[in-house]
Amino acid sequence: MRVALFLTCVNDTLYPETGRAVVRLLGRLGVDVDFPTAQTCCGQAHYNTGYRHEAEPLARHFADVFAPYDAVVTPSGSCGAMVRELYPRMGERARAEGRGDTLAATLAPVVPKTYELTEFLVDVLGVTDVGAYYPHTVTYHPTCHGLRSLGLGERPRRLLEAVKGLELVELPGAEECCGFGGTFAVKNSDVSAAMGADKVRNAESTGADVLCAADNSCLMHIGGTMGRLRTGMRPVHIAEILASTEEETAAV
Amino acid sequence: MSGTYLGMPAFPQAAREAVGNSTLRGNLRHATHTIRDKRARAVAELDDWAALREAGKQIKDHTLRHLDRYLVQVEESVTAAGGTVHWAADADEANEIVSRLVREAGGGDTDEHEVVKVKSMATQEIALNEALEAQGIHAYETDLAELIVQLGRDRPSHILVPAIHRNRGEIRDIFRSEMGEWGRPAPEGLTDTPAELAEATRLHLREKFLRARVGISGANFVVAETGTLVVVESEGNGRMCLTLPETLISVVGIEKIVPKWQDLEVFLQTLPRSSTAERMNPYTSMWTGTRNGRAGEGDGPRTFHLVLLDNGRTDTLADEVGRQALRCIRCSACLNVCPVYERAGGHAYGSVYPGPIGAILSPQLRGTGSEIDASLPYASSLCGACYEVCPVAIDIPEVLVHLRERVVQGGPTVRHGNRVVLKPAKGHAAERAAMRAAQWAFTRPGALRAGQRLASRTRRLHPRTLPGPGRAWTGSRDLPAVPAEPFRDWWQRTHGGRDEAK
Repeated sequence: MRVALFLTCVNDTLYPETGRAVVRLLGRLGVDVDFPTAQTCCGQAHYNTGYRHEAEPLARHFADVFAPYDAVVTPSGSCGAMVRELYPRMGERARAEGRGDTLAATLAPVVPKTYELTEFLVDVLGVTDVGAYYPHTVTYHPTCHGLRSLGLGERPRRLLEAVKGLELVELPGAEECCGFGGTFAVKNSDVSAAMGADKVRNAESTGADVLCAADNSCLMHIGGTMGRLRTGMRPVHIAEILASTEEETAAV
Repeated sequence: MSGTYLGMPAFPQAAREAVGNSTLRGNLRHATHTIRDKRARAVAELDDWAALREAGKQIKDHTLRHLDRYLVQVEESVTAAGGTVHWAADADEANEIVSRLVREAGGGDTDEHEVVKVKSMATQEIALNEALEAQGIHAYETDLAELIVQLGRDRPSHILVPAIHRNRGEIRDIFRSEMGEWGRPAPEGLTDTPAELAEATRLHLREKFLRARVGISGANFVVAETGTLVVVESEGNGRMCLTLPETLISVVGIEKIVPKWQDLEVFLQTLPRSSTAERMNPYTSMWTGTRNGRAGEGDGPRTFHLVLLDNGRTDTLADEVGRQALRCIRCSACLNVCPVYERAGGHAYGSVYPGPIGAILSPQLRGTGSEIDASLPYASSLCGACYEVCPVAIDIPEVLVHLRERVVQGGPTVRHGNRVVLKPAKGHAAERAAMRAAQWAFTRPGALRAGQRLASRTRRLHPRTLPGPGRAWTGSRDLPAVPAEPFRDWWQRTHGGRDEAK
């Protein structure tokens, strides 16, 4: 099976350690993952801000870059949802606008073979115990697109529960949005900040050392809020926890 | 007497005030979380909830697809039952029709000067009370929460519980100072206990119910095959207004039709559980025409008028993505789960339809021309909680994104029944340029890499706070630190991590 890592533009630029963690984790599980360097961005920010037509070339580019692979793994719930939920919709809209089936046909092949990281681990590789070690108290925030668009369900929790040394504590109001929402964070910054502060207060109330999620965009907002509110907690991507072992333990 | 929405500021400005108001935040947080949890329990009791939701969606979609036919059927069946049907293309037409009908209800010698009202979103949408007041007709709201809003010269902030932004102490103060001006004053020594507040309302309204000769209502459903209108309520005030006055005028949006009596089976299960978290609402009133139309029955009005209201609905129906908003049964479940509504409050939405459903209804019914309407599609983090709870499966995030596209790109749409091509909205030029620049870089991996390297090499120079629009981020959040190298450089340098140890 040829497996490609779609890291996402945000992770590539700002969170390379998440990418390195995915490579290390999958390597440990016997998957030789490739990173096609022609990859850029799935177009989510364009699409969700109302620039669907501008997002189309990015979606076509994505389909071209990942066409040769059997599976595409991404450590981002929202970028995964962009491909799986919204690429088909882009094709439908193009058809409705009288532009034929070309876009739909171009995008269709990558849709079913794109997996969010925890889906790939649990559904494709069939593992929940990835042999990780992470001696910290962790609370898990299910990000909205992972939770509601992809339906990740209990997968992340099952993976975390199998990590040695990790104590998982319940996050109050876990399913409430953290307030990031892409351009929402700046277009409606007051409401976004209020949502972020509430999320951070709930996280703090758990007494955990780490707030874990499967999407770094949300963690950028939550972590930025934690920094500003001077909480002692750290935001960590689930890939980094799952990649951590007794030999190579991730620092907190 | 209630405030208007003309000249409302854009959503972010209106929301800023609400976010800073700690009393309001507390009232809203308490109320929305309570009803949210109760709804979840009420819905979880039904093991066929998903099937009911799908059935509701399909009944509404079918009706909207054949609305031309069902509207004619409604006119025929209501007329056959002794009612009179009026057609109103917009708010002004509807208000003129209702004002004339109220005046005529006086019997010709004297014009009628007051009406009692059942809680109705359609009449709020057209600002009927204000239009009647201008004609010297006073409309008394009889729903408890609507009465609080009306007495307080306030605006509703929720579809189902319009006074959700008020706490009990505020309500007692409003009753004490205002009831006497409109009728029977609040009892001496009124406290803020719910039972006393309800009793004060009952006494204040009773004389109005008994005196009024005209009642005005909306409807939750209109059954096409029988011409039956349905009002679902909790307090019994609706039953009083629908049965006591001699003349009943119902203003109903054209999307409220269901084809068959049997279709109510679905909605009378999904609506109460979604809105008040009740298995069944306390009062369901159904009426078909007038009492004259049915032999041997003594209840109900002698004269019944149905005003069918378009007011932007046909335009909305023409949009193949946006039309799903017309499935809405006004349950408010989306408001109660919305994290944005919880913090911004209902008034920030600048419409009688607040919350997620308002953010997709108002810019369709009114168009995206005003500042507030153009900002509403952005009043969401697209978290999807609204879609999840919607009992007719309106994909609100999908419509929000669709309307964002209409705002920034313009394009063909329908206004007042005419095809028009909208221009892109002003104020998005910088954003549009940024999106196009990003698109250029993202279709050229080399350009993306050059940008990333520049960011990494200059990272020591990056400021902690940003000027201009960047302040919207750094006002409340630290910026992420830019790493020493982007992932793709690490990948190439270490040959996919294989050389990392070296």
